[in-house]
Amino acid sequence: MEVIKVDARGLSCPEPVLLTMNALKEKAECYEVLVDNQTAAGNITRFVKHAGKSIEVTEQGPDFLLTIK
Amino acid sequence: MNNKKWLVIGGAAVGILSVLLVQLGNPANMGFCIACFIRDIAGALGLHRAPVVQYLRPEIIGLVLGSFALAFYNRDFNPKGGSSPVIRFVLGFGVMIGALIFLGCPLRLALRLAGGDFNSVAGIFGFIAGIGVGVSFLKKGFSLGRSYRQKNAEGGAMVAVNFLLPFLFLVPALLLFSSKGPGSMHAPVLASLAAGAAVGAFAQRTRLCMAGGIRDVMLFRDWTLLSGFLAIIAAAFVGNMIFGSFKPGFAGQPVAHTEALWNFLGLTAVGFGSVLLGGCPMRQLILTGEGNTDSAMAVIGMLVGAAFCHNFGLASSPAGTTVAGRIACIFTLVVMYIIAVSFTKQKD
Repeated sequence: MEVIKVDARGLSCPEPVLLTMNALKEKAECYEVLVDNQTAAGNITRFVKHAGKSIEVTEQGPDFLLTIK
Repeated sequence: MNNKKWLVIGGAAVGILSVLLVQLGNPANMGFCIACFIRDIAGALGLHRAPVVQYLRPEIIGLVLGSFALAFYNRDFNPKGGSSPVIRFVLGFGVMIGALIFLGCPLRLALRLAGGDFNSVAGIFGFIAGIGVGVSFLKKGFSLGRSYRQKNAEGGAMVAVNFLLPFLFLVPALLLFSSKGPGSMHAPVLASLAAGAAVGAFAQRTRLCMAGGIRDVMLFRDWTLLSGFLAIIAAAFVGNMIFGSFKPGFAGQPVAHTEALWNFLGLTAVGFGSVLLGGCPMRQLILTGEGNTDSAMAVIGMLVGAAFCHNFGLASSPAGTTVAGRIACIFTLVVMYIIAVSFTKQKD
């Protein structure tokens, strides 16, 4: 399965959402976005749901892994 | 309850609290003004000697401590930094120049509009234009770079400073306090501190940001953040109607001038700089409370910028802008543009 990975840790808003938005333009079955704060996780979740995709958030130590399908 | 509802309810509370702070003694249409209040603090600490704008504004201290308290309680206190701190200082400095040309930060922009000060309309257009320019760079890949985890002591340093500052009220001889002008007008210390803390906690919870609201609409057609900004205007308008403090017009507005072009350009700099910083002046205070040392650098930039504005005659007054201020405003826009270009990765 093709997975596009985005590392958005340490970036300030709205860069994580923009990076996710750009990644979604490339066709893949699954996207994995790594962020390091709740704000970015929340913003990306809102954007992805708006774009009609499903998203799963898992905590990875201090970071959040967002899996988008 | 979702974030949008919180933003509307909290935004309304900010609007009402702002009107109440004016009733308790703050200058008109200045229940809150991050730029003016940081400038007043710079004055109280003797960093500038403009006699009419010196007071240790407890609202600012409350905003940082309120944000910290809620962030700490929710385990959201997250010390981090290292994303171009010097550039953030410069941007904070420039945002302050723009705000003091207009005479208000984006929060006061909302409050001035809600008080019937139509000079703020030029400011709103300028603010939107500045955000638009910033957004165009974001789309092209502008980034000040990654921040990294920092030690608790680093993230907590500015919080500690804000915790200690109110104790200076116990030794007033150390501070400069205005005996006339806007600096002499203020609500009781504890009321200001409590209002600041309440708004700080709410803004931390909801990520309220004046620049972010317009930015998100432009970038994603997402109205969530903007709903808070609009709620502030609506509630402050209603509050002003109730207290009879809605005074529509252009001339003679409190702590304001009628030079539309400079109201526009001043807030263009504020909007542009805020987008490059990732948030408006208030948001920088809230992030400082969350342990973000990059935002703390922006706040220090605003403090030093405010001192320079008054030491070099850049700040406007109700009489209007100054020649030096106009030159500084243009120079600020040029510097922001150079920063934006320098930190934008062109796509292949």
